[in-house]
Amino acid sequence: MSTHELPYIAAIGEAIREEMERDETVLYFGQNIATTDDDPFLKQFGSDRVRVTPISETAEIGMAVGAAIAGYRPVVELYMAEFMLVAMDQVVNEANRFHYMSAGQVKVPMVMKAGYGFTCGWAGQHTGTIYGMFMGVPGLKVAVPATAADAKGLMTTAIRDDNPVVFFHHYLLTLEHGDVPDGEYAVPFGEAAVLREGGDVTIVAIGWCVGKALAAADQLAAEGIQATVIDPRTLAPLDMWTILDSVEKTGRLVVVDQSTRQGSAAAVIAAEAADEGFSSLKAPVKLVTALDATIPYSEPMEEYLLPSEARIVEGVHMALGSSVAA
Amino acid sequence: MPELDAERLVWMYTQMLRIREFEERVKRTFEDHPGVIRGHTHLADGAEASIVGSLATLRDDDQLLTTYRCHGYPITLGTDTKALMAEIYGRRDGICGGYGGSMHLTDVSRGFMGTSGIVGQGIPHAAGAAYAAQIRGKGQVVLSFFGDGASKQGAFHESLNIASLWKLPVVFIMENNNYNVVTRTDQEDANAAAGEPLAVKAKAYSMPGETVDGGDPVAVYETVGKAVERARSGEGPTFVESLVYRLSAHGNLIAPPGVPLHYPEHEAIAVFGNVEEYEAAKRGDPVPRFRARLVEDGALSAEEADEIAAAAQAEMQEAVDFGLASPLPDGAQATKYVYA
Repeated sequence: MSTHELPYIAAIGEAIREEMERDETVLYFGQNIATTDDDPFLKQFGSDRVRVTPISETAEIGMAVGAAIAGYRPVVELYMAEFMLVAMDQVVNEANRFHYMSAGQVKVPMVMKAGYGFTCGWAGQHTGTIYGMFMGVPGLKVAVPATAADAKGLMTTAIRDDNPVVFFHHYLLTLEHGDVPDGEYAVPFGEAAVLREGGDVTIVAIGWCVGKALAAADQLAAEGIQATVIDPRTLAPLDMWTILDSVEKTGRLVVVDQSTRQGSAAAVIAAEAADEGFSSLKAPVKLVTALDATIPYSEPMEEYLLPSEARIVEGVHMALGSSVAA
Repeated sequence: MPELDAERLVWMYTQMLRIREFEERVKRTFEDHPGVIRGHTHLADGAEASIVGSLATLRDDDQLLTTYRCHGYPITLGTDTKALMAEIYGRRDGICGGYGGSMHLTDVSRGFMGTSGIVGQGIPHAAGAAYAAQIRGKGQVVLSFFGDGASKQGAFHESLNIASLWKLPVVFIMENNNYNVVTRTDQEDANAAAGEPLAVKAKAYSMPGETVDGGDPVAVYETVGKAVERARSGEGPTFVESLVYRLSAHGNLIAPPGVPLHYPEHEAIAVFGNVEEYEAAKRGDPVPRFRARLVEDGALSAEEADEIAAAAQAEMQEAVDFGLASPLPDGAQATKYVYA
């Protein structure tokens, strides 16, 4: 597969552009896009399909639901993930329910593109890692790309999916470059990526934490500890099979998540591992998450709350140091 | 809009009567067959003229989205009332297979695209469907139905703003029944409290706002018809305030299992002790009012009117019988439509 190098954010844009070229029912609208005639999307696709909206999340997402019911595939540009919270009913109680309540008479293919986790001084209300709030919502799919290639491939799949998808891209990864496949590239939902294989411990990491987990795995390898690193890539559907297969081999599981701990995706993965994989576990599952607090503005406090390479290493040491009484 | 000839007027009356009879049978089911209807139902009795007058303006390829008070629209559009009653009874042959129930009737084959049970939240769906219609460019129009309570939701204001800004082919029809559940409009609406019609809200979004007697199907037809023509010609949305009086309580009793459900008395009496208000509304009941008018104008004879009533009664008896006879769905089908 031939590739080209792109920043993560441009890879997402490439997927949207290619899908809009391929399928004229794909729409792209939201706040602060296409405000001048020079906008490349507006120039290429015209003002029917590309529109700037007012700051009206309920209407933006609600209209995407309506347009999707009526046969289109809208991608809503939401900027910050928190802005979805203004319109929570549309996300978790409208978009995801219409197919079900109508016994399949309607489909709601739409993508909510939301940036998250901007932990670089954006303080309390623009830094949340909130994907966990959406992963347990029936009818909704949740994609969390960690690399430029996955960002493109998961956006392609999100647009082609017949269900509402919340697409969470990490703001700190925005300019991270990566090799991105040329042309049409779709990463299937519900297929975790095994990024590194090792027999001592399984590290499951989500989004921004994937890079941290890989760095921690390098550090652990220098100590002689071999880690498997798994990125679920989508939280709904969640590929527990790949995780359970790995835990069967390693017997130890560390889950890394930038979210606060309670009610997190990490907690769900740990519970599933305990439920389905208890007999494989040689030690308690360790969670490495943010501490349960609002993200503060000041850097040392922000850093203190977040999971880090060092905390992942520490989590692995704890998982290896403890064991279930034989 | 075309003039309403006698045949069309009789059609309108027939639909009004069918809605009334259907709703009466839903209500009676609580007495006749306790336990058959679960949860919450909301009836359109009193709003028939508004519903039928509005839908009479539509083309076959037009669309609508409504609230949870949604029985009247598909009845008018021609959805089989057996499938509607079976849905309200939670049966396998229901229009939504028992997945939706009374609050979530949908019949996409007739442009009835869906219903939101959350106040105001279906309004942006209609705006979105209108955006789709605008792109498609076939001159389709979308009707958005909601109540007076919904006009206090952000979804209403956000949607009217974008619809006007983008000149979307949508007509916003607010059925103002003067009550948000048990709260009177003048207790929650600044315009109502100031003695102004709620239609003035349209001014804030630079679109026409009209108030119409929702008990008069011809007046509704003319007002909504003008708005539909405006939308179809690309001039953008209109906000229509249709004044109706809900003749039943907001919904059936809200109670946990074990408590028999029924329709309580209307809030005007039960909450506010205003018997005269309710009695006046009954005297102005749009269904007999329209019948008298058609008979007086010679569009309909009294015998024909009786035949229409008898046919509606027979149809709804059949709907009840069908609903009762339809099997309950297999529980294991409950995970079928989680994802498309």
